[in-house]
Amino acid sequence: MIRFLIPAFLFLVLTGFLFVGLYKDPSLIPSPLIGKPIPSFATSTLRDPNKVITDRDIQGDYALINVWATWCAACKQEHAALVYLSEKLQVPIYGLNYKDDRASAINWLQQYGDPYVVNIFDENGRIGIDFGVYGAPETFLVDSDGIIHHKLVGVMTPDIWEKQFVPKIQQITSVAAK
Amino acid sequence: MVAEIGQFTLIIALCLAIAQSTIPLIGAYRNNLSWMSVGRTAASGQFLFLFISFICLTYCFVTNDFSVLYVANNSNTKLPVYYQISAVWGAHEGSLLLWVLALAAWGFAVSIFSRALPADMIARVLAVMGMIGIGFILFTLLTSNPFERLFPAAIEGRDLNPLLQDPGLVIHPPMLYMGYVGFSVAFAFAIAALLSGKMDSAWVRWSRPWASIAWVFLTIGIGLGSWWAYHELGWGGWWFWDPVENASFMPWLVGTALIHSLAVTEKRSTFKSWTILLSIMAFSLSLLGTFLVRSGVLVSVHSFASDPARGLYILIFLAIVVGSSLTLYAWRANQFTSGGRFDLISKETMLLINNVLLVVAMITILVGTLYPLFLDALGLPKLSVGPPYFSAVFVPLMLPLVILMGIGPIAKWRRVPVKELFGKLKVLLLLGVALGIILPLAIYRDTTVMTAVGIAAAAWAILTALYAVLRLVIKRDSSTSFAKACSKIPRAMIGMVTAHVGIGIFILGVVFTSSFSDQKETSAKFGEEIELAGYTFVLESVSGVQGPNYQAMRGSVNVTKQGSPVAMLYPEKRVYTVQTNPMTEPGIQTGVFRDLYVSLGEPLNENEWGFRIYYRPFIQWVWIGTLLMALGGLLGAMDKRYRTLAKAEKKATNSNPVTQTTSA
Repeated sequence: MIRFLIPAFLFLVLTGFLFVGLYKDPSLIPSPLIGKPIPSFATSTLRDPNKVITDRDIQGDYALINVWATWCAACKQEHAALVYLSEKLQVPIYGLNYKDDRASAINWLQQYGDPYVVNIFDENGRIGIDFGVYGAPETFLVDSDGIIHHKLVGVMTPDIWEKQFVPKIQQITSVAAK
Repeated sequence: MVAEIGQFTLIIALCLAIAQSTIPLIGAYRNNLSWMSVGRTAASGQFLFLFISFICLTYCFVTNDFSVLYVANNSNTKLPVYYQISAVWGAHEGSLLLWVLALAAWGFAVSIFSRALPADMIARVLAVMGMIGIGFILFTLLTSNPFERLFPAAIEGRDLNPLLQDPGLVIHPPMLYMGYVGFSVAFAFAIAALLSGKMDSAWVRWSRPWASIAWVFLTIGIGLGSWWAYHELGWGGWWFWDPVENASFMPWLVGTALIHSLAVTEKRSTFKSWTILLSIMAFSLSLLGTFLVRSGVLVSVHSFASDPARGLYILIFLAIVVGSSLTLYAWRANQFTSGGRFDLISKETMLLINNVLLVVAMITILVGTLYPLFLDALGLPKLSVGPPYFSAVFVPLMLPLVILMGIGPIAKWRRVPVKELFGKLKVLLLLGVALGIILPLAIYRDTTVMTAVGIAAAAWAILTALYAVLRLVIKRDSSTSFAKACSKIPRAMIGMVTAHVGIGIFILGVVFTSSFSDQKETSAKFGEEIELAGYTFVLESVSGVQGPNYQAMRGSVNVTKQGSPVAMLYPEKRVYTVQTNPMTEPGIQTGVFRDLYVSLGEPLNENEWGFRIYYRPFIQWVWIGTLLMALGGLLGAMDKRYRTLAKAEKKATNSNPVTQTTSA
């Protein structure tokens, strides 16, 4: 009798998780990092293995940090939007190339256009863990002090940019102006 | 008006489902034949009214009735008519209607083809299917009504998602749903067995072909899904371990285990409670898949619109259906005594290991798919689980399965001496290993250990499957002719061999594609020659093309091999008029041994374009293998013994019970 109860028990546990999961929006993960400075790191850039990049190199009134990889299908979807933001709106975007292969990542940028100021090369995903990366693509909004203000999990679109990012950027820049 | 008829018939179908789920069940307990027979009538009626409802929605699409919200959101006057029809199931509400229609179709099929079944069993089976029907029709009516009106009516529709405007997507969801929902029949049979306490060999012979047919649909559905991804997403891949794909793959794995376990239960009347559990699991995973896709708890490339209210509804429904059936299982399963004993080295053991491996594989995929959710619920930091995880855990589980697949069909029931097995198979084993080493070297002059192992496994699967059937012909009596020996091979055997050969061909495709694919993602000036895998690609021009509901830039790519022409390919970059997102439509030349696949990137300047070329060896074998698996399942389900049994039992119930001696 007891062993026949095992499936029912396992299912009960699963249902509990699914129930909790239902009320957590996977694309709006309340990152514990919001309001905190970006984690410190020092690694090589994507294009030049000999050049070191650290968290202090991320500069500007505000900046986006975009987590991407060539193995990530959704990153291909959002790429055009990123190119648009960087070319047409002059948005500074820093790339975090996550668990990727250097050659194919460089190839990708040549192929689809390079919207990034510079790319942080995170080969084994260590920096991604510090950032609390859940999966690619993700986009962080940071201010001039490197404080994270917003995090988007999933594909960036012009619509999301207008609705989620622009108001936050106006906040950041108006505070900075004061 | 038509939309109201659709809505009204949907409500009638709900009422019939309520009747179907209660009256026959009460009849079965009271042994009242006329109450039991209500099940059949209600099942036919439910199917009829859902079919009318579905036709009504289709009519709204074809006539561009934008006063129906769902039509306005998913169609457009410029949409070609075949996509207007497939748009019926292009989004949540309509695909749910298709789901219930498929369920009713299975119920209808059961009511037709099972006239020879004992009346109380068929009453219980149809009642269980009626309950599932209630759940899903209510879900449609309460949270996702496709017939909701829009006032004032829209002037023009918002068009179907361009990703879904592909021939593959026209038939992929119906196939997949027929598979998903088809497991409800095996599920209903399992519940009926638990309720009645009867699970004899007749039960197994009845539920086995249903499980096989559901599995066939699911196989075709998954195959079409990956075919669609290959043709439409434009980056040459065919499987992405995406949550939505995993959701369909999990019931497939358990369904595979189920059709094997049913074989043991039929032949040896053992593994009974395990077979019941697998039947419950296969359908539960179909429901779970529906939950995962519809509730939005996971992020997916397929990203359908999601809504927590819908998620909660399905979760409650899932909890009631699965929870109560597993409780029933815990309560009643111990009464099924196991039949024959068997030794450690026997067909039973091999099928048991097969089942364990398949279920473990399913669990690893379940864990991988839900991992972000588990961590999130526990408040732990999140980790990403992607294709690297799945390939790392899945491949090692499949390898022993393929090895066993070669031995199992030849092994005897109960016990088989190791020496005898090894004696029969050592030549094939050596041959398989040799092919694994030689083939990649001969074709591509290159290999790795993993490639050799993969090809050897594929060769082993094909060789042993062929041997399993050929030995029946080779070892015939001298008195029987070759043709006669061939005709005596049972169709189930041919089906099994076909499916196993299909798996071998599938593995060949997967291994060759993943080992020897080549690609170039570069830019191309007009007329510039680009070399890849011995082929020369020249982008000759790019010109504007006007489609029915899109504008496209179409490239003309001339492919040659050592100067002789191979193909002209026309990759497109489409912008759909209404939804304005750009879509890549690759140009593909399909061949038996390789596909050439080009897709157009962005214009870099006046005469230079971003350009991707893929060389994909043996990729078609992936789908040929899948088709063979499906064909094998179909042949197995059509075995003569199921039909003769039906006839014999029918005769027995119709006439004198004394004639019942000849049933197979």
